[in-house]
Amino acid sequence: MELQFEGNKPIFQQIADWLADAIIRGDISEEGQIPSITEFSVNYKINPATALKGVNLLVEAGLLYKKRGLGMFVASGAREKLLQQRRQSFYQDFILPLLTEAQQVQLTKEELMQMIERGYPQNDD
Amino acid sequence: MTIELQQVSKRYGSLTALRAATVRFADHKIYGLLGNNGAGKSTMLNLIAGRIFPDAGSIRIDGRPNTEDAALGRLFLMGEKNLFPDEMNIARALRWAERLFPGFDLAYARELAEAFELPVNRKKIKGLSTGYGSIFRIVLTLASRAPHLLFDEPVLGLDAQHRDLFYRLLLAHYAETPCTIILSTHLIAEVSGVIEHAVILRQGQILVDQPREALPAGSREPLASMLAQEGADLQNYFIKLMEEGAKNE
Repeated sequence: MELQFEGNKPIFQQIADWLADAIIRGDISEEGQIPSITEFSVNYKINPATALKGVNLLVEAGLLYKKRGLGMFVASGAREKLLQQRRQSFYQDFILPLLTEAQQVQLTKEELMQMIERGYPQNDD
Repeated sequence: MTIELQQVSKRYGSLTALRAATVRFADHKIYGLLGNNGAGKSTMLNLIAGRIFPDAGSIRIDGRPNTEDAALGRLFLMGEKNLFPDEMNIARALRWAERLFPGFDLAYARELAEAFELPVNRKKIKGLSTGYGSIFRIVLTLASRAPHLLFDEPVLGLDAQHRDLFYRLLLAHYAETPCTIILSTHLIAEVSGVIEHAVILRQGQILVDQPREALPAGSREPLASMLAQEGADLQNYFIKLMEEGAKNE
């Protein structure tokens, strides 16, 4: 997955988010090594201090750890921890704005439920 | 590793190019020296490198006045002009550089020249386009391996691909060789991710001197407010540079 920076979020936050996404998707496995600070810096043309700040967010959260002289690795249990966090914020981040918009455009609860049904793949009947 | 300016002023006739500038470049950081044409960026860099002299104030490099050779030997300025004879070919100029500058890494210079596809054997200095002239001076500056690297409008005349390559090689160099870097440019958005600290000049005075930390990818506050104020000027300047570049091709 390529990392594409957008204008609204600090770069270090985008680095941290990109790493978290990669761990959740399994692109970087637990106990697997993440790119070095120099790789982040050169590949994405960013200051190494910025890359380090992003990586450190995940270190502080116990999702990454450092092997001296070797680099940064994904902690075991990191994926589950991230999934739990994302699920907890799912209601706040996605369901509440969805309900607000549904009310504004006067969708009934039934119509909304139907739309959610429609969004799921058909093959589980 | 410190470059320190104390109350440095420089006048050209009735024009004050730099007014009582006090600033410090240190700690192996990458600094952006930003501002419009005529803001005083080149004046500041040329003063630091001892190519021109201040009317007032002092400049120290690692604690020594920059009037001493030992102090000046600790920095390398990629200036606006090429300082080698016009008739010399590039390969020869690089060998000269090795003899002139202690610490100059000729093998690394050749590697860099190859990465940029600089025609070292075919071209004389005077035959280089604006872009390749910039590239030649970039190669010299990086290969100096000096602890302080100063770049004055380094990407002038470079196409998008070479600009991209420059930033990558610079960051790879920075990772490998500890150094303090000053990047002087009017292309604020382009360097905003690369720099760690921004010094913004306006009409010879320091307007901003602060870490870029937490500024988003695009040029945001306070760079954005500065761009909004001076955007038109920057654009005109850029158009002028493009025209000059086209003339020199």
